[in-house]
Amino acid sequence: MATPVVGQRLSRVDARRKVTGAATYSAEHRVEGLLYGVIVNGTVARGTVSRISVDAALGHPGVLHILTDFGSLRLAHPVDRIAFYGQPIAVVVAETLEAATHGASLVEATYEQQAAVTDLDAPGIPSQTPADEPDYSRGDPAGALASAQVKVDLELTSARENHNPIELPSTIARWQGGQLTLWDKTQWSQGAARTVAGALGIAVGDVRVHNEFVGGGFGSGIQTYDHVRLAAFAAREVGKPVKVVLTRRQFYYGAGFRPASRHRIALGSSTAGRVNALAYDVRIENARYQSYTDGLTDLPQFLYGVPNTRTAYRVTPVDVHSPCSMRGPGVVLGNFALETAMDQLAHELAVDPVELRLRNEPTQDEVNRIPFSTRKLRECYETGARRFGWSRRHAEPGSRTDGDLLIGMGMATASYHNNRRDCSARARMHADGTAEVFAASADMGPGTTTSVMQVAADALGLPASAVTFRLGDSSYPTAPLHAAATTMASVGSAAHTTCNALRAEFIRRAVADPNSPLHGANPADVRVRDGRLETSGARDSYRDILRRAGLPSLDITGNWGPGDADSKISTYGYGAVFAEVSVDPLLGLVRVRRIFAAYDVGRVISPKLAHSQAIGGMVGGIGMALLEGTVTDHRDGRIVNASLADYLVPVNADDPDLDAAFINTEDPQADPIGVKGLGEITIVGVAPAIGNAVFNATGKRLTDLPIRPEALL
Amino acid sequence: MHPFAFSRVSTTAAALNAGAGNGRYIAGGTTLVDLMRETVERPAHVVDINALPYKDITVTRQGLRVGSLVRMSELAAHPEVRVTYPVLSQALELGASAQLRNMASIGGNIMQRPRCPYFRDVHSACNRRDPGSGCDARGGDNRMQAILGASTHCVATHPSDLAVALVALDAVVEVRGLDGPRSIPVQDFFLRPGDTPQKEHSLRSGELITSLTVPAGAHTRRSGYLKVRDRQSYEFALASAAVALDIRGGVVRGARVAVGGVATVPWRLPKVEEALVGRRPGRRTWTEAAALAAEGAVPLSENAFKVKLVERTVRRQLMTIGGQ
Repeated sequence: MATPVVGQRLSRVDARRKVTGAATYSAEHRVEGLLYGVIVNGTVARGTVSRISVDAALGHPGVLHILTDFGSLRLAHPVDRIAFYGQPIAVVVAETLEAATHGASLVEATYEQQAAVTDLDAPGIPSQTPADEPDYSRGDPAGALASAQVKVDLELTSARENHNPIELPSTIARWQGGQLTLWDKTQWSQGAARTVAGALGIAVGDVRVHNEFVGGGFGSGIQTYDHVRLAAFAAREVGKPVKVVLTRRQFYYGAGFRPASRHRIALGSSTAGRVNALAYDVRIENARYQSYTDGLTDLPQFLYGVPNTRTAYRVTPVDVHSPCSMRGPGVVLGNFALETAMDQLAHELAVDPVELRLRNEPTQDEVNRIPFSTRKLRECYETGARRFGWSRRHAEPGSRTDGDLLIGMGMATASYHNNRRDCSARARMHADGTAEVFAASADMGPGTTTSVMQVAADALGLPASAVTFRLGDSSYPTAPLHAAATTMASVGSAAHTTCNALRAEFIRRAVADPNSPLHGANPADVRVRDGRLETSGARDSYRDILRRAGLPSLDITGNWGPGDADSKISTYGYGAVFAEVSVDPLLGLVRVRRIFAAYDVGRVISPKLAHSQAIGGMVGGIGMALLEGTVTDHRDGRIVNASLADYLVPVNADDPDLDAAFINTEDPQADPIGVKGLGEITIVGVAPAIGNAVFNATGKRLTDLPIRPEALL
Repeated sequence: MHPFAFSRVSTTAAALNAGAGNGRYIAGGTTLVDLMRETVERPAHVVDINALPYKDITVTRQGLRVGSLVRMSELAAHPEVRVTYPVLSQALELGASAQLRNMASIGGNIMQRPRCPYFRDVHSACNRRDPGSGCDARGGDNRMQAILGASTHCVATHPSDLAVALVALDAVVEVRGLDGPRSIPVQDFFLRPGDTPQKEHSLRSGELITSLTVPAGAHTRRSGYLKVRDRQSYEFALASAAVALDIRGGVVRGARVAVGGVATVPWRLPKVEEALVGRRPGRRTWTEAAALAAEGAVPLSENAFKVKLVERTVRRQLMTIGGQ
């Protein structure tokens, strides 16, 4: 048996292209006759454009068209009025980017302004219960809380965050007859095709979207924002291909964000550390024109075996654009509330935080009353604690120092639902013995191109070098959005299923072919290795089978879907995250010294890439805990820190010793390749682990993210 | 970016002629180009001065002379500067990023314009960018703004770290205009906003910075720079302190202290220095002197923490430089 390709520590197959600049991102495609579009953003948060003056811009050399009437184009927000600061009011199209940019700065608008409110804490703004997030209750939470021996009651907040992938949103739109081709920075080519078709009133089949390389997304590339639709619209209006790339400043208005949040969580426990009651209320900012909710209440309801639990989710519609999913959407902040409260409870009970969690391990999914598929959380705690050195933690806050610095350790649990969706794939064997697998997925950085190839190679009995996984084209077989930690389980399972079927087809042909050495063999006895089909006494090959059949290649298309598995088993990824911080008590500076996490994400297909995912999630969590926060000036709704100089993301110096391990397991009930999603869970435990480490270092319970020096002075 | 003419000059005379005709000098371009992209700066004529000869670093008994076209990274790495003027090396290396430091010139460093986000957003009111239009920063997001040296017209902090160290060391800015050379003490070079925040420095129109000189002194070797910031690297200061001490015979003979990140110009602290001179080094001396660091501070709604922070930043840096 050849060494399986799954499990090998491969570098990403496109690494060389990425680091040498040979990978072509959406804005980099060369398209004949390309014009440049620059969006002009409105500068009021609510009202209408009363007058827009374009003469100066049109007079600038190179400026060809200025579109101020978007006609029947459908956008996610109203087009006849201004619903948020930064809403597009015009598109300047020019021969060069420079001319279009300058032209856009010459467009002058006046507004009929209306009073706007952008602050979710503004008095008198009613909150709403979203239709998809009804209040949840089990048992008697109020009664159980009232009679609890020990209570924790915390209020927490988090700032708005923007994803800030390095590749900015960008779209090239080209029409050929009625056919539209888009090169778009999207996490979901088929979603983009569908949305743009709807926005322009054309058939989905007339739109093709390419997204072979995506330079980071974190959720900002799931939805099809204005710039995509406007690029397609402008290209149609002017009759030439048009490219639109948002600036970093425009990104803060042109894509969604992780909404600012307000939480209250109460835990009631016995003195023995059995949590008997949980009440969680959370509220986020929303746009007025569209409801957005995410997974805030998921872990407070699910994570521990708390018999009496209630959650309430509210949204506060204000004059902002709509939030969207950002890595660990909702779940990470619900978990921040939950895990901060658990840490406080452990402190008040004088129980080790890991031990407290072990005492509250459920035996089944209490929300859905169904069994777990796999839940190796105990192993995560054990492995994480051991490899981190949790036993060296001082239980007494503020009791460990290093020179002028206070040192603290904290931990948090992580979990994320194992999302799987229907997916199709096409597998093709070529006459030279190499194979390609196709699905309309994307790879924003996790290494999907590599990991799905690994699955396919094993199913086909081929070495890694003989198999290519092709994604990034909406014309490929249907794949789900590349988000929500869905891809490996869904696309990987579809590739696995389809490649198995292709291998079986070759075996079937061989045993039925009188010219094959395998003629008459039992298909079950045929093994495939390095492209050779073998029984104990005879051998054929993919190449020979195709040669004898006179075929240049052989295709098969297959599907995989989770069916109704989620109604029968509860399948989640799990993890335990341990952090050590230093706090300079004089200057209020918190610095992460190291983080170690242990994850149960089922089978790990591509260990090196999985480890990179884990590290990347930690970096995002460090940003959330200590640095990131979008600042809105509520006087007019502008984003004040709309740049990478003013909106702080972690740099290398902020990311010291980060490491993760994976529990050696697989989840065969989840999907045929035994995997659980990894992309999201890697951020879910990080911010609370850091916050809890700050408490351990200082004795100060900080509940507002990001934690900044002023909170510790 | 507004359209502009671009030319290169290879002589000082040509540069000054271009400067007299309203040309804007560009060296590393790390500030100017950025601001041109945001249309905050709209020069009609940009003059590349990189071919001029102001690229030498000389250390003598009298002091240090640095050509204005020396790059930040070059000065920071200079072996004698590292030993004799460590506060300069440290201030430089704590500024910007390695890539920017390789481009940015020393002359350009002290000509940096504010990082105030309202200054950089042309859709907001800013007296510095558009005199008389108002100041959106004062009543807006003002966490990063100044608590010292502000006026009703402007509250933006000065962004340069190097300038804080230069102010502490009594550096002199050597400039040249069509009328000839002149020397400007660095303390007089930076102008507080007052009611003319658009006037940031005392250069006359068209004048060119040719070099900076730093006088030698018994204090320069025992010097250093502390920068306190949210992010560990590539970030402007919440508060910073340049400290240089002359300690002999168990007594502080001379002290130079300046702070950044909290004031509209690099901010010298003469009262802190007075409170140090003649005292015995030690925690008590440092704490008592540092307590005067924020004297006269006028905090805004979100930056009151800087009062405490700047005192503590000075205290920590006195401890680091002077010993506990």
